Amino acid sequence: MLNRRNFLTAAVGVAAAGGLAACAKKDDSASASSSDGGGSKTITLGFSQVGSESGWRTANTDSVKSAAKEAGYTLKFSDAQQKQENQISAIRSFIAQKVDVIAFSPVVVTGWDAVLKEAKAKKIPVVLTDRSVETSDDSLFVTLVGSDFTDEGRRAAKILEKVLEKAGHKGAVKIAQLEGTTGAAPAIERAKGFKEVMDAEHKDDWKIVVSQTGDFTRAGGKQVMAAFLQSNPDINVLFAHNDDMAIGAIQSIEAAGKKPGKDILIVSIDGVKDGFVAMSEGKINAIVECNPLLGPQLMDVVKKVHAGETLERWIKTEESDFMQDQAAAALPNRKY
Amino acid sequence: MSTPSVTTPSRWRALTHHHLFWPVAVLVVLLLVNVPFTPDFFSIKMTDGHLYGSLVSIVLFGSPLILVAVGMTLVIATGGIDLSVGAVVAITGALACSYISDQADQSALSGVLLAMGLGLLAAVVCGLWNGFLVARMGIQPIIATLIIMVAGRGVAQLITDGQIITINSEPYKLIGGGYWLTLPFSIFVVAAVVAVTVVLTRRTALGLLVESVGGNAEASRLVGIRSMRIKIMVYMFCALCAGIAGLMISSNTSAADGNNAGLWIELDAILAVVIGGTSLLGGRFSIGGTVVGALVIQTLTTTIYTIGVPTQTNLVFKAAVVIVVCLLQSPKFRAKVFGAKFGAGSGTKGSAKPATAPADTAPATEAAPKMEVS
Repeated sequence: MLNRRNFLTAAVGVAAAGGLAACAKKDDSASASSSDGGGSKTITLGFSQVGSESGWRTANTDSVKSAAKEAGYTLKFSDAQQKQENQISAIRSFIAQKVDVIAFSPVVVTGWDAVLKEAKAKKIPVVLTDRSVETSDDSLFVTLVGSDFTDEGRRAAKILEKVLEKAGHKGAVKIAQLEGTTGAAPAIERAKGFKEVMDAEHKDDWKIVVSQTGDFTRAGGKQVMAAFLQSNPDINVLFAHNDDMAIGAIQSIEAAGKKPGKDILIVSIDGVKDGFVAMSEGKINAIVECNPLLGPQLMDVVKKVHAGETLERWIKTEESDFMQDQAAAALPNRKY
Repeated sequence: MSTPSVTTPSRWRALTHHHLFWPVAVLVVLLLVNVPFTPDFFSIKMTDGHLYGSLVSIVLFGSPLILVAVGMTLVIATGGIDLSVGAVVAITGALACSYISDQADQSALSGVLLAMGLGLLAAVVCGLWNGFLVARMGIQPIIATLIIMVAGRGVAQLITDGQIITINSEPYKLIGGGYWLTLPFSIFVVAAVVAVTVVLTRRTALGLLVESVGGNAEASRLVGIRSMRIKIMVYMFCALCAGIAGLMISSNTSAADGNNAGLWIELDAILAVVIGGTSLLGGRFSIGGTVVGALVIQTLTTTIYTIGVPTQTNLVFKAAVVIVVCLLQSPKFRAKVFGAKFGAGSGTKGSAKPATAPADTAPATEAAPKMEVS
């Protein structure tokens, strides 16, 4: 512990001293590089990841790393292990190291103003990936590269229409919803998007009869679904905020003697490999993709930001929706 | 759940003074709360050759917690605490599943047994480490076990590479998700572990020794009890229980999730122990109480799902129920609210010297009054 602290202190000290010494020079080089388009010298990107809490996140990390390598950028990678203070100190060290662009997936939504102002003062552009932040000053970050969770919810509702049509479903649609971790942006926004479409177009025939958090985990999905099937045996649709909860719920549905994908139609979000496996077995009816492979897109954005181009505030990741008949074909290409 | 021999004037009085009365009463109330929301809550029917119903689900999903809590009870009885059980759950599941996923034939019984043995061995080693730190090095249990609580989850993630390992093995599925004689197999595992624990602690002197060490480790050593050895043993036993729970949790979903398996189960287990009437100060314990406590927690979770508590208020609801349960456990509170009928009487009765009788009924009458300090 002591050693590590000494080492960090020393490292930060050296970096800070170096930064001071190079201060005047840097301004010159920055203006020079922006005038010639920034292509001449390799870009250094500082990237702070949330952690490695899920398969999705691991795929996200791998994508960023390999895309940076391919683009020939120097990547300084830091894992925050789900702690904001780790992420703030990582960003401070990126500033001290004078990286060209900082990118990070914020652990939480608020509390970033101070450190982002430091970055702005040093004229280092900041790009957010995957998740957004709330700041008092919009100029503190350039753009967000990530998924639109609300739209994923809307897409889930839209694809459920197709699923119902394909299954030849008639009568009331009684939906059970497995929510993500309470308070997490994907959980809130996916529920919001789904409800939006439901209220607008299916006010009379669709109804969410039960909704509860399954914490984005298989065990959670399984346990909650088991209770749902007891209290509301007439559920005929399941909307899960991620594949893992759907996979857990499938086991409970089977234990109740029902057929997932037939007696209970299932729509979920994410598109992890195991989700596709379940879909190819006919147990999930449709999956709305939430693509973690945003590395190449991010590198493109970094290049443009470094060159001083103006960008949209939100660059949405390229995603698609999958129905059951596409599952078998898509399965071999799933990387995560 | 037999009442102790009736010497007091009324049977009712004896019943309400039984140490399991309040936990069982809460459990019954919680179960009844479900009935208006799930009309056939108590019905159990046959589905696909096994029993199916809410009660079966509660026992099935509650099994890992019961196991962890039983192990925790003995650790707490020695005056210690084990925060590392959640991490041990994750490590065991991760090891067993990653071993099985490497096999060519995932359903081969020998491979599955070896995987389970490997996982349990790792669990016991964790317990040995905890016991070594607590007993030999004299480190505070809360700190000693915190090490594996924090680092262990990292180890589990290392084993699984941060991924969720999905396996497809029929024999492995049995322990946490399968059925035997129409009942969930995990019920038999839990019953066996609880039975062995009760026999070992109540039919031999072991329970007495554990309580003695918890009452006063130094005095126990001076009268010739090897208190260090007893302590190391209970930490190993606790980790073994957590290990079996880890196998169950990963087997239940046929997947090992290093990040989420057994997350915060240590806190639920401690809560179950407390609800069951075991004092956190050590020196006395009740295995039966712990089992009821764990069932209360699992029933509470199921109740939240079935009665449609909004997700944002889940934890508040849970907290409110737990507060009520803990207050009911306090004789002082009962005396104040219900009068002397429920509370004060046991105060004088329970002041007998602890840990003198290994028989079932002795700690029973003493457990309740001690609650006021925890």
